[in-house]
Amino acid sequence: MQALTNRLKPVDRRKMNFLERLYLVAIFKGMLITFSHIFKKKPTINYPEKTRPFSPVFRGLHILNRDEEGRENCTACGLCAVACPAEAITMEAAERQPGEENLYREEKYAAKYEINMLRCIFCGLCEEACPKDAIYMSETFAPADYQRKQFIYKKEELLIPHPLKETAAYEKALGNRAKKKVN
Amino acid sequence: MLIAIDLALIIEKLVLIVIVVMASLVIAMYATYGERKIAAVLQDRRGPNRAGPFGILQPVADGLKLFFKEEIIPDFSSKALFILGPSLAMLTAIMTSAVVPWGNTINLFDREISLQIADVNVGILYVFAVVSMGVYGIMIGSWASNNKYSLMGGLRAASQIISYELAMGISLIALLMVTGTLSLKEMVLQQQAGYWNVFYQPLGFLLFLICAFAECNRTPFDLPEAENELIGGYHTEYSSMKLGFYLFSEYINMFVSSVIMSTLFFGGYDIPFVNEANYDQNWMALFGVLALMAKVVCFIFLFMWVRWTIPRFRYDQLMHLGWRILIPLALLNMLVTGAVILLKQNNWHF
Repeated sequence: MQALTNRLKPVDRRKMNFLERLYLVAIFKGMLITFSHIFKKKPTINYPEKTRPFSPVFRGLHILNRDEEGRENCTACGLCAVACPAEAITMEAAERQPGEENLYREEKYAAKYEINMLRCIFCGLCEEACPKDAIYMSETFAPADYQRKQFIYKKEELLIPHPLKETAAYEKALGNRAKKKVN
Repeated sequence: MLIAIDLALIIEKLVLIVIVVMASLVIAMYATYGERKIAAVLQDRRGPNRAGPFGILQPVADGLKLFFKEEIIPDFSSKALFILGPSLAMLTAIMTSAVVPWGNTINLFDREISLQIADVNVGILYVFAVVSMGVYGIMIGSWASNNKYSLMGGLRAASQIISYELAMGISLIALLMVTGTLSLKEMVLQQQAGYWNVFYQPLGFLLFLICAFAECNRTPFDLPEAENELIGGYHTEYSSMKLGFYLFSEYINMFVSSVIMSTLFFGGYDIPFVNEANYDQNWMALFGVLALMAKVVCFIFLFMWVRWTIPRFRYDQLMHLGWRILIPLALLNMLVTGAVILLKQNNWHF
């Protein structure tokens, strides 16, 4: 029969000679192989101290955005909730009262905004649907927790820190997006 | 007859005993850490590195965990024997170190203090007696568990020890012919003056090494506790610190057999290429202890290195190796050694 590849190797069925039957040489060879692995580079990453770099297009946890003056971008139009294939987003709209202009950018805002991280499939359609650049996905992923209800993220957990009041935290949360031009 | 008991001698020996027992416990403790680290490194992993810097507190954490585990004594077991098993294993493991010469004599408070707990003139026989008693710990524990897997493990341990003790004893007889003494201290002194015994008895050393692996129940001879077929073997039913005692006694055994091998074949506390008599006695004794420890660490590394390289024997292969290869080879080694010694005494005339 013709061989399919050139990697065919006939099985060696010769009787072992004395040296081979001692097995000591083979054991020694095997030990050299394991010894050589001491000097090999370890593929493991020391996780909490060091993290694997994510791609800039990584779709991690959601962040509700603010503008340069720290006003919330979201107008509670509900496009993200409509776009969401997993139906993970719930929101309630409210009207901006006079005197709240420094809190919300437009006349309508989300009084309640929740994302169920157990339902979310991190597809990024909410980010695509948003006309106000109010929601985007960061490069962090959902942390572990003990209770299901902890995975329903409220507005407080989703909102980005205030750019003027908590500048350092804001810059950190912005991450790679700081380099991108925000329109 | 008046028995003059020297109080200073008693204190000196007590201190030595405490130090030796503590040292062998600590070394066995860190041997578990070494085992995990070496296993990791040989398999391209990182190993324990969370508890303390480089994970050096890992053995402490492991020990604490074992203490906090639930203590389970099966209803259908023989309770007294069940408790006796691990205690005996631990006791015999620690007892062996009594006759080992850890170093030369030191001069402290105008006294010559020997760094050996008991210089018994049949030291090596004592070691053999105690080591072979170690298997009773395993057998009693496994039988008292009243579990078929445990019993199988115990049976295996017993037959394995019997098979390999023979070859070990015979390979040692050849060594005793060369040295002409049973005292470990004498052997070290001889090796300090001349060459290490491993050069006179290379085959004997190899046989002794293989048998030591078997006596310590280390891979490739770890059939008594073969995880995949016997679910842990003799310690299947054990939990908490009793299990810890069994596992720990294995590491102490490993340490002690490394010490014995270093003493018998590699000059004990002898520092190679250094004439100890030329330097300060106390410092040389200290360096001698360190030299012995260095040799021991090499042996322990060898034990672990082999464990993570070679797979376990099948039971018939184990018996085949013991009875049909090691014992004839040991006998041959003994006969050839005897013949050579006889020839030498006869000035190489037949």
